[in-house]
Amino acid sequence: MNPEPRMVEVRKNVLKQNDVIARALRERFRDEEILAVSLVSSPGSGKTAFLEKTLTLLRSRYRVAALVGDLATENDAERLARSGAPVKQITTGTLCHLEAGMIQKALDGWDVGKLDFLFLENVGNLVCPSSYDLGEDLRLVLLSVSEGEDKPLKYPTIFNSADVAVITKMDLAVAVEFDEEAARRNIEAVRPGMQILKVSSKTGAGMAEYMEFLERRRQHSGGLAEVQAT
Amino acid sequence: MAQEEAEARGNVQIQAVHLRLGLLSGVVKDVLLSSYEMACETTVLEGSRLVIEEIPVEIYCAKCQMERPVHSIQYFCCADCGTPSGNVVRGKELEVFALEIKE
Repeated sequence: MNPEPRMVEVRKNVLKQNDVIARALRERFRDEEILAVSLVSSPGSGKTAFLEKTLTLLRSRYRVAALVGDLATENDAERLARSGAPVKQITTGTLCHLEAGMIQKALDGWDVGKLDFLFLENVGNLVCPSSYDLGEDLRLVLLSVSEGEDKPLKYPTIFNSADVAVITKMDLAVAVEFDEEAARRNIEAVRPGMQILKVSSKTGAGMAEYMEFLERRRQHSGGLAEVQAT
Repeated sequence: MAQEEAEARGNVQIQAVHLRLGLLSGVVKDVLLSSYEMACETTVLEGSRLVIEEIPVEIYCAKCQMERPVHSIQYFCCADCGTPSGNVVRGKELEVFALEIKE
């Protein structure tokens, strides 16, 4: 007897393990009333400078912390620690992206319940981070003025996994002849309706608008109570 | 995952794994196919085939009021009427949907 092979339906997500952890993280952040914001971009587009500025500005009014992913070195954590906010480095070794399990592990022993904002800086990479949910409420994709207005068309998947596009290094826009209209058009093509922010971490231009945006998002996510003394 | 299934079904032999792969999943078909054999060595899947069904990207078109394919992955608008839409309903899948087994 040699029965014919038969098909059995399984329907299981291959990244299920990551998604299960990500879901648990998202619930935890919601329960603890934390807005978790992740940053993705290519290497060198200004994630760390942008995050350093963000932490510095938010720190006077909110409890903030950051996790930062890199293949190697603690350099970014050291840079970000200058803001005065608690920062932890995740070194991934040879892995090109963060996974939900790494976030969970890095948060071990941290009293995240005391936080208002938690930032997750992904490894500089516009490919693999698209596939991994980190449990964040908000994913920002950064695009610097010097890296080409057609980045969204080359990496549509990452733009589709993100919620907001942030154009960085606006202080260099004129010098590198950045075509803002083309960049906006390309973002709109791969992700219609995507919100776009423009900032310069160096001069601080656009940061006030970004702060307002973050504060609004925090208030609107799960009806969080305003902690800011007004 | 396949190993768990095989064991749950009484150590059957898995002849093929059928995978649905969305074009927005961030995973490349050719890379999966070329690494599959190596990844399966010394596991219950050794000698099995990987069959990949690619899932095109579809959006919900507010004008057509139905799910439609996109013009292209660089241009998220309805392939039929051209209305832009960021409401992706299909194309992010990365799931094992069936196993071919021999008992």
